[in-house]
Amino acid sequence: MNRTMMSQMPIRRSLALALAGSSMVVLASCGDEPEPTNEIGANPPLPAQSQYLVPPMHIAPVVGWKKDETPTVPEGMKIQAMASGLVHPRQPYVLPNGDVLVVESVAPPAASIKRPKDLIMGWVQSFATASPPQEASNRITLLRDADGDGVAEVREVFLDKLNSPFGVALVGNDLYVANTDAIVRYPYTPGATKITEPGVKLVDLPGGPIDHHWTKSMVASADGKLLYVGVGSNSNITENGIGAEKDRAAIWEVDRETGRSRLFANGLRNPNGLTFEPQTQALWAVINERDELGPNLVPDYMTSVKDGAFYGWPYSYYGQNVDPRVMPQRPDLVEKAVVPDYALSSHVAPLGMVFYTGSNLPAAYQGGAFVGEHGSWNRKSFNGYKVVFIPFAGGRPNGKPQDVVTGFMGADDKTRGRPVGLAVDKAGGLLIADDAGNSVWRVSAK
Amino acid sequence: MTDPIMYPVRLVKPPLFLPLWHFAVACFIGTMITDITYFRTAEIMWADFSAWLLTAGLVVGVVAAILCLVDFFIGRLVGVNRLSVVYVLGNGVGLVIAFFNALIHSRDAWTSVVPMGLVLSAATLVVLILGGVMGRAAVYRRDLGVVE
Repeated sequence: MNRTMMSQMPIRRSLALALAGSSMVVLASCGDEPEPTNEIGANPPLPAQSQYLVPPMHIAPVVGWKKDETPTVPEGMKIQAMASGLVHPRQPYVLPNGDVLVVESVAPPAASIKRPKDLIMGWVQSFATASPPQEASNRITLLRDADGDGVAEVREVFLDKLNSPFGVALVGNDLYVANTDAIVRYPYTPGATKITEPGVKLVDLPGGPIDHHWTKSMVASADGKLLYVGVGSNSNITENGIGAEKDRAAIWEVDRETGRSRLFANGLRNPNGLTFEPQTQALWAVINERDELGPNLVPDYMTSVKDGAFYGWPYSYYGQNVDPRVMPQRPDLVEKAVVPDYALSSHVAPLGMVFYTGSNLPAAYQGGAFVGEHGSWNRKSFNGYKVVFIPFAGGRPNGKPQDVVTGFMGADDKTRGRPVGLAVDKAGGLLIADDAGNSVWRVSAK
Repeated sequence: MTDPIMYPVRLVKPPLFLPLWHFAVACFIGTMITDITYFRTAEIMWADFSAWLLTAGLVVGVVAAILCLVDFFIGRLVGVNRLSVVYVLGNGVGLVIAFFNALIHSRDAWTSVVPMGLVLSAATLVVLILGGVMGRAAVYRRDLGVVE
């Protein structure tokens, strides 16, 4: 519907919509919340939309890990803290010599308050994260486990005073860091535990003053020529105006030599965990979908990302399911919206993904994907707060997700930690950054 | 010429709640205007204005409602009769509708206003105007109150 049509919308139809809307509100507030078990896998069933009078904001308080307390892993595997006492670690990255870089990062300064809801949401959501001393984060810490016992003996501040960094990629001896507002290149010397040289900016990325989804996930192509960067949307569903969304909700492709960029794919609300599927070499990502349409809408997903494809946000989801909150609407874009490959369930907030090709974990994990689910806030019963495994065959998901690392959320509905980025270390162990528990966990065979 | 009959009288001061209540009603009128503007332009700034106006109207309106109770108990609501009950109840209903409207306006983007927000903004005004017109006498009529 375009603007001229909008103002001519008959009043009678508006009233009918209003009545329908109000009955929906009543239903949504009376009914029990259905289990989120169905909205998983390819072509998930999608329930009807329900908009709220008061959206559920169920935030689990963070209590942290007690000494010797760890997440839980299945039989035959063990989990240990590779490092603890970090400051909001978000992303592990393994260097060729086995050293692990841990990106510690906090959100950039909040944008100015736009409306009363910002005040309330900001206050409620502040309970969901441990409150670290902000000035100590926004850095990269190097961990070295030379004796292979799974615990780092060497721990150095590798790079300091970054701007809400998230993605890291090493190409040759060039280390690229994706800050929230730019990709910066640093010279890396193998074996180094610290970089003191100043960085050189490769390209600006969409940052503030509004910087709603601020994590810039990054991966380098196999030939090292291109960098792929996830740039999240600047709102839940365009409530900051469509102008704030320029070049966002997209995966950028950046030429490493020149810094020249283009949008590789868009309509991806908040893409993270960018990584290449080992068999097909296709680019995959996990995407955080929109909130406040119901407890089981819209399922977050993982998908292969096709060159030039549009995945719906903000106009639609899972193909042609139109979101009524966006105006003006764009039927021309909705028509060509691509259905993503695999739903992960609603509001689980996947922020990390890695394909497993190591040799340490049981053979069943070969070639499949681990996904770090940060956990829900927009539904009454919690969803996510775990690391799941999705088996792959022939480069496609093949089966239901399996819980692998759990126990981040206790039976008392309090969080010990929340998983974010994942990596596989040189010895084949699975590394998990835990930003609320301020730890990096390592899962390996017993 | 007959002698006038002498009665002791008391001059009643105007109610305390009126200035604040006028402020609140002005906010609700503003909400209606910015809602309509958003409906016609889809420019998110107007939806934000609506949300602020509604919140301001509600906060000040609740304070005014409390002062209205104070007025009742200290005798500044003159001529408490059926009409003034209509006035007070009408305003109360208007505030309740405005509260639900504020919840609707806390949604994101288009459906924070269209259609439910528009409908509730209009309903608030209709209730306030009806109550105001009918109960006007209760607060505006200046009488000499006879002390019994």
